[in-house]
Amino acid sequence: MIDDVAENLFRILIFPGLFFTLALGLFASWLVRKVSALVQYRVGPPLLQPAWDIVKLMGKEVLIPSEAQKTVFICAPLVGMAGVLLLSTMLWRIAIRPSDVFVGDLIVAVYLMVLPSLALILGGSSSASPHAAVGSSREMKLVLGYELPLVLALIVVIIKSGGVLNLAAISQSAPIASVSGFLAFVAALLCVQAKLGFAPFDIAESETELAGGVIIEYSGVLLAIWKIMQAMMLVALPLFLVMTFLGGFGATAGTWIWGIVKYVILVVLVILIKNTNPRVRIDQAMRFFWVYCTVLMALAILLASVGHRYGLAWL
Amino acid sequence: MSWKIKALKKSIWVFHINAGACNNCDIEIVNLLTPKFDVERFGIKLVGSPRHADALLVTGVGTRQAARRLQEVYRQTPKPCAVFCMGACACGMGIFEGGYHVAGPVDNIIKEVDPNAIIAYVPGCPPKPQAMISGVVKALAAIDESTP
Repeated sequence: MIDDVAENLFRILIFPGLFFTLALGLFASWLVRKVSALVQYRVGPPLLQPAWDIVKLMGKEVLIPSEAQKTVFICAPLVGMAGVLLLSTMLWRIAIRPSDVFVGDLIVAVYLMVLPSLALILGGSSSASPHAAVGSSREMKLVLGYELPLVLALIVVIIKSGGVLNLAAISQSAPIASVSGFLAFVAALLCVQAKLGFAPFDIAESETELAGGVIIEYSGVLLAIWKIMQAMMLVALPLFLVMTFLGGFGATAGTWIWGIVKYVILVVLVILIKNTNPRVRIDQAMRFFWVYCTVLMALAILLASVGHRYGLAWL
Repeated sequence: MSWKIKALKKSIWVFHINAGACNNCDIEIVNLLTPKFDVERFGIKLVGSPRHADALLVTGVGTRQAARRLQEVYRQTPKPCAVFCMGACACGMGIFEGGYHVAGPVDNIIKEVDPNAIIAYVPGCPPKPQAMISGVVKALAAIDESTP
């Protein structure tokens, strides 16, 4: 009994939970800044820079606007971080011990992935700032935009793997090696780009016109929690794509190294998309997701169903 | 030196305020943040909101219109924070000294709000980006010495 509690606490707090996810997330956010710097022909920040940023924010004063809804304002970053932390812990657990899963974990993962966006909307709209209000409304529209193609892309994955709702079983195969799977992967990658709040979909946070958008009023340790949440999303969301589309991590040391390489390639791909695209307007983003991505995904589901019906694995 | 100051020195997020400048210093500040000088090497980053900022880059003489806003922005910046007066006007009013529209040099305006504010000066009309980097480095060294 005591051993169980200790083991679970270890999983939640050290590995693969808080500590491990945080360390990996800070490394990934360093990677984002370093690769962006290299793209722009400059040197970029040192390895410990994201960690120093977090430590510095921890030591700063916390200012809460007098008109803000205080409880929601303080709780929103915690809720967002808890959601991403749970998602990351769950995904690593499934990757490490595929036998230790429950049916329907894919659906739980999809729900947990929405939580950070919801927390951002809550935090933004509770902070009594017109900039944050505009940011929240944009984040809301963006969530409405990308959730539909993302779920449709996951339906392609489910059809490809024979109708299971189990991440461990889904990560045995790599749907990207088929036509419909590849289309679904491209759409899901762009949805993840929007979830991470990276250009071209950094509309809610747009530094130049909204000055930070949803998180404009946050300072000190609360801002640090938002930054930690964003760093952790860099761990959890590419990991989710690796497990659903790219065949997961396997069981041997060789497949694990290949799995980590897949994760790093995916992160770098996201960074390159971020660095080579300008920000789109919110209506352009909505049109992109609802018209182009959704139609593409409907086509992909059709292809996947036909392929499943007639046993054509490449379709 | 407390860990707060040590971490602050490793990662300075700056917010740029124009308190009545002729735009010349502002152009040099924007120049400073381009890839050529790459201040992200030192952890310096431009942010859009004073709530995220650790240092205010103030340009301009501090006009009567701008003074109250400058004080308000300083109050909205979470402490500990530093103020950098960029250019001759911000340091000591420059050619506008005695002008009817001038509310005093920037450091006086800030000290009305917080007498213990950390204020650094980078003179020049406008200061070159190299001079600004040098000024920031010297200011950080001074924080080192003055804090036990």
